[in-house]
Amino acid sequence: MAPAGPRSGDAIFASVERVNAELFTLTYGAIVRQLLTDLEEVDEVNKQLDQMGYNIGIRLIDEFLAKSNVSRCTDFKETTEVIAKVGFKMFLGVGASVTNWDAEGTCCSIVLEDNPLVDFVELPDTCQGLYYCNVLSGVIRGALEMVSMKTEVTWLRDVLRGDDVFELQVKLIKQVPEEYPYKDDE
Amino acid sequence: MIGVSKIKQYSNVLDKPLSKGKQEVSLSAFAFLFSELVQYNQTQVDNIAELERRLEDAGYAVGARCLELLCHREKGNRRETRLLGILSFVHSTVWKVLFGKVADSLEKGTEHEDEYMISEKELLVNRFISIPKDMGTFNCGAFVAGIVRGVLDNAGFPAVVTAHFVPMEGQQRPRTTILIKFAEEVLRREARVG
Repeated sequence: MAPAGPRSGDAIFASVERVNAELFTLTYGAIVRQLLTDLEEVDEVNKQLDQMGYNIGIRLIDEFLAKSNVSRCTDFKETTEVIAKVGFKMFLGVGASVTNWDAEGTCCSIVLEDNPLVDFVELPDTCQGLYYCNVLSGVIRGALEMVSMKTEVTWLRDVLRGDDVFELQVKLIKQVPEEYPYKDDE
Repeated sequence: MIGVSKIKQYSNVLDKPLSKGKQEVSLSAFAFLFSELVQYNQTQVDNIAELERRLEDAGYAVGARCLELLCHREKGNRRETRLLGILSFVHSTVWKVLFGKVADSLEKGTEHEDEYMISEKELLVNRFISIPKDMGTFNCGAFVAGIVRGVLDNAGFPAVVTAHFVPMEGQQRPRTTILIKFAEEVLRREARVG
């Protein structure tokens, strides 16, 4: 029997167990608030959120690959399409789109119009440098690193800072070939 | 021109229409986030009591906001003033919105007048958590206890809320009980109101 083809983001989202987005939003808000109280420096908080996202991403990729049944992506373009269409839909229930490819095909933007992390959120004047959703950039970076792609993910546009959408720039730094961890002669 | 619509941008978050609360995210997204919350707090504390307190504080903030949101959306801005009223609000409405189902049971404590217990066979937050033996009685349900405390405190019913594991015969995983102990003033007020 031929293996099942890749499933669409909507189909997977409909089949996984779901929780109320507000619980998710409020829990994330509590995390950010705790970090701000503990660390006080906005840059430190950004770094910590990125690190938390990275920790989530390295585990999330397993679940993603298991549930989505995608085949190996042939190039970076396909990878980012899969992240935007399947990945975001499957976990956050929102669709994203990929735009702004550069000439070599190593750098693109993922645009999110809707983001459950930022419902009810407003940045006060004291936290203007905060990338509230920095956990998302960590997740993408962590997940891609586990499939041998070193990337750099930065925020281009952020609704909490006055733009109209969320835009993440994903840049492929290099493909790291998988290393066999054991020596052959042992 | 028919069919052209632009998403309306609101300059102030308070002007945005309130969502209906039907949007969902995957359980694994929440589980990953919660595990990061616990892991981060583990690095910040030295002992279990501190860890539980921090989780509870995080939950308190969630509870306070939940109360505001649900009072406005589900109950048309009516405020609960009676003890049983607020308890059933927590047990049914809050639980249904946050966890998708009403709590398994709400009981009054037999030994003390001021104690009530909400029980749940398996708390959503504990589903993917396993407690190592050396952490003893630590319960990540402290987050949920914090949510309940946040709701009760901001509704005018100050209480001490804790989460406990109660082993059940015939079941592998123990049941979780949220124990609510109301402050003196709440019981006095309740007695006065009759």
